[in-house]
Order: sequence, then structure tokens, then C-alpha cells
Amino acid sequence: MRADHPDREGKWAWRLTGVVTVCVYVFMFAPILATVVLSFNASMFGGFPLTGFSLRWYEKLLTNEPVLDAFRTSMWIALVTATVTTLLGIMAALALVRFEFRGKQAINTLVILPALVPETILGVGLLVMIKAVDQPRSMTLLVLGHILLTLPYVVLIVQARMVGIKRSYEEAALSLGAPRVSTFREITLPLLIPAVLASVLLAFTISFDNTSASLFWRPAGVETMPTQILSMLKISISPEVNALGTVMILLTVGIPLAGGLILQSLTWFKAGK
Amino acid sequence: MTKGWKLYDQRLAWVLVAPVLILLTLLLLLPIAMMTVYTFFTFVTAGVESAVLTFDNWKEFLTDSYYHGFLWKTVRVGAITAVICAILGYFPAYFIWATTFRHKWLLLLLLIVPFWISFTIRTFSWIHILGEQGLINVALIRLGVINEPLPMLYTEGAVIMGLLHFLLPYMILNVYVSLESIDRTLIAAARSMGCTSAQAFREVTLPLSMPGLGAGLLLCFVLAAGSYVTPQLLGGSRDALFGNLIYDTIMGQLNWPMGATLSIVLFVLLGAAAAAYSRYMGLSQIMKGLSA
Repeated sequence: MRADHPDREGKWAWRLTGVVTVCVYVFMFAPILATVVLSFNASMFGGFPLTGFSLRWYEKLLTNEPVLDAFRTSMWIALVTATVTTLLGIMAALALVRFEFRGKQAINTLVILPALVPETILGVGLLVMIKAVDQPRSMTLLVLGHILLTLPYVVLIVQARMVGIKRSYEEAALSLGAPRVSTFREITLPLLIPAVLASVLLAFTISFDNTSASLFWRPAGVETMPTQILSMLKISISPEVNALGTVMILLTVGIPLAGGLILQSLTWFKAGK
Repeated sequence: MTKGWKLYDQRLAWVLVAPVLILLTLLLLLPIAMMTVYTFFTFVTAGVESAVLTFDNWKEFLTDSYYHGFLWKTVRVGAITAVICAILGYFPAYFIWATTFRHKWLLLLLLIVPFWISFTIRTFSWIHILGEQGLINVALIRLGVINEPLPMLYTEGAVIMGLLHFLLPYMILNVYVSLESIDRTLIAAARSMGCTSAQAFREVTLPLSMPGLGAGLLLCFVLAAGSYVTPQLLGGSRDALFGNLIYDTIMGQLNWPMGATLSIVLFVLLGAAAAAYSRYMGLSQIMKGLSA
């Protein structure tokens, strides 16, 4: 720890640490900033130099039917995925935290697996499966795939929160005669709400953002937002792609930030009262 | 509703976990099993295979140096990326842990924000930095340092850069979580017994942060070696990795048995890396990192 009487060596090491840290943060955000800045560039081409300010790429975006279609598709898939995964994840986390049963450890590992197996392998796996039963790729498959991809994160988040909720609250309600379902609704769920919201948001963004696996699973002719961007990039880096990227950044960063702020101010409000 | 059941009845646990179990069996375990079977199927023509069992796919994979090249390149790019991530990521993790800066949460939040930004967008934004019309080339030409744009995009270096950009937050968060769990009095003790700050770091802090560093290395290696989009967008045709090979074999050539064989190879390779790791560290560290 640097605070206790740092020696000269320590001071230099600390300075170096600070400099590398700043560089890493610049590295993380410079390309993203470049995209945002270029989306307002008047030039016909998607790159530097900057030639003037213009909003026309945003206007063009609003009339781009394929992009709007892809947006609607992705929204729909992400909503269904987030809802279903959160429900399933809460149930599984409840079982894994509150109960003791044989094979619990194995199930715990199995649940994490989809986050560790590369998407290409998950992608091929599902395709081989439906090929074996002679089914075409469908929206159901795509959504099921997204549920598989988001499940580990939801279970981990809910588990982490559940560990912190004392059993005695639930046991008190049960011993006073409350049925299990109302105990869950009245006691456990309200205490779980932050984890539930976090799960919904994370599952939504992971699903909305998924690229590699969706390339395998999507039905012929269907584009999700990321696959649409990929196919636009195949032609060239157009200023329109930059505008689209900026809109997406605003949405995906703005929604969780706003959600977090609302949650924060709500708890603050309650505490104030 | 559940009269006669004990408070924490095993049957109830199974009811709760059943949907997830069915889902994972159908969408994860069964597909991997079927892929394994598919590796022994015979390829007839594009999109058609027969259930005649054969070792041809495995023979082709084991003898054709075309595939070995891909395997080696994937392992190399994955390893280089993971090691650079570890070196570059340790500094910010240490900084956030040790700083007396009041708004530490802001530094942590900035590490989480990239996870919310579309991966495709983060990746293609590198074209604006490295491309012929990118920031570096345009600036250098304006300044008169170079006349011709430097060919930086569509190289292995660009692919590694893109992977670093995507994986650094994973590494930093993993190391940070592990640093946070260190009892700080241990370091104070080392210092008071006469260690220089460098010695205290080498003898106390670094060894105690190893679980996080190890988890980060594994996670970065696995995710880099399994990547598809980054080489596709930032690499040239020679920089394709194993994931791209699998995609082309299945979606392009429609050679399903070979595609399944390649998938199983990648699965075994990355599984071996994870198994080697969990022998020493246990997988719980990864879970900590993922939920951080």
C-alpha cells in the first residue's frame, strides 16, 4: 500500500501506475469517441479528416427500412430473452442457494458453462441439433439460444444477492403460516428487486448485442441489429454506420445509467423520509 | 400447496431447478454430444452427409497442415492477447485498489460501461483509428511524417488490438476483485518489518492477487481464442482464427461433419486450458470475476 511511508522506488512505481492507468482508459474510449465524432461529420466518407458538422446521416438513418427492421427484431428478441431468462434464473438461484441436494455442485458448474464455451461452438451445436431433427432455423431457436447465452449471468447475479438475504426472514413468514408462494412474493422478491432489475438489464443488453452466435442461428433473411451493422460494414465504412453506432451507444449506455440513477434516487428518497 | 414437504425439501429444489436443467440439457449437453457424433459422419456434398461412420474427418484434421496452421495461430494470438492484457490490466486494477481518490466508483463504472456498448461497434470503431482514413494515418500525413498511409488495419496486430480493447475490462475487474480481498494489514506488516515497497509488492501483494490474475488470463485466452467478429472486421484474410474457420466450413462450404470436428477440437483445446487452470485455482474465481 502506497500510503505508509512510501520510499523513492515506491513513488516512481506509483507514478508509472498512474500513467499506465490513464493510457488504458484513453485506449478504452478513444475509438468509441472517434465514432461518435465522425457520425456528425459532413464528409461523404466514414473516416477522417473532419470537414464540417452535419446531421444528415441521422436523417438518412430514420428512413433506412432494413435498419429499422433489424432494430425492431432485436428489441423483440431482447425483451423476450430478458423476461424468460430472469424468471428461470431466479428459480434456479433459489434452489442453488437455499437448498441442499445431490448434484448441486455439478448443476452450479453446468449453469456457468455457456459463458465459458465460445459462441461459435454453441452456435454450431444448436444448428447440428436442429439439422438432426430436420427443422429449419427459426425465431424460436434464436430466442432459445439467447436464453442459453444470458442464463449464467442472471443466475450469478441473483445468487450473489440471495446469499445476502437472511433465511430467517422467510422462515419467520413460513412459521407464521404464510404459504410458500406468498412468502416469496412478500418477503424474498422485494429483497431481490435490485438483482432482478440488474438481471433484466444485463440479459437485455447481452441479447441485443449478440453477434457471433446470432450469425449462426438467425433464420434466413432475418437481421438483428449487430448482424445488420456487420453486413453494412461489408460494403464500406459509411457515415451512416457511425450515426447508427452513436444511436446504439446512447441507448445502451443511457438506459442502464438512467435506471441506476432512478434506483439510486429512489433509495435516497426513502432514506430521506 | 406443499403440505407434507419439509421446509427445505429436496423435491422442491428439483422443481425449481428443473426448467434450467432441461434447457441446458437440450441446448448445451445434447448439442455437444451430437456434434461429437457428427465428427464421425461422412461428408457427401455441400449440405449433405450420411450416417456412415468414418474417421476421415479426424484423419483430415490430424494430417492437413492447413488446419494445424489455424490451430497454432489461434493459440498464439490468444496467448499474446492474454499476456498483454495481464500486463496492461494489472496497473489500472492496482491503481483503483490503492488510490485514495474519493470517487473510486467512477473509475469502476467506466470499466463496466464498455460492456454495455455493442461489441460490434467497439470493434469497428478501431477502423477509425488504424485505417487509411483513420486518426493516426491522417494525423501523420498532415504533419508530413509519412507520405503514404501505414498499413496497420487488416493485420494480426489490429486483431490483437481489437481483442485487447474487448478483454481489458475483464482482466482489470478480475485482478481488482482479487486485490480487494487482500488483508491490507499484511502489507503494512511487511513494510514495518523492513521491506521496501517493491519487496512488499513482490512478496505479499503480487502472490495474493495471483488468483485474479490467473482467472483473468484464462478468461482472456478463452474469449480471444474463441473470437469470430474481431478477426472478421479488423484482420485480413490471413488473420482468420479458428472461429472464422468453423464459420466458413459450416456456413460457406456446408461441410457439417468437418465443421463439427473443428468445433470439438476448439472445445477440447479451451476445455483443457480451463481444466488445467481449475486444478490449481478452482473455477469459483472465474465466477467471482463474471459476477463482479
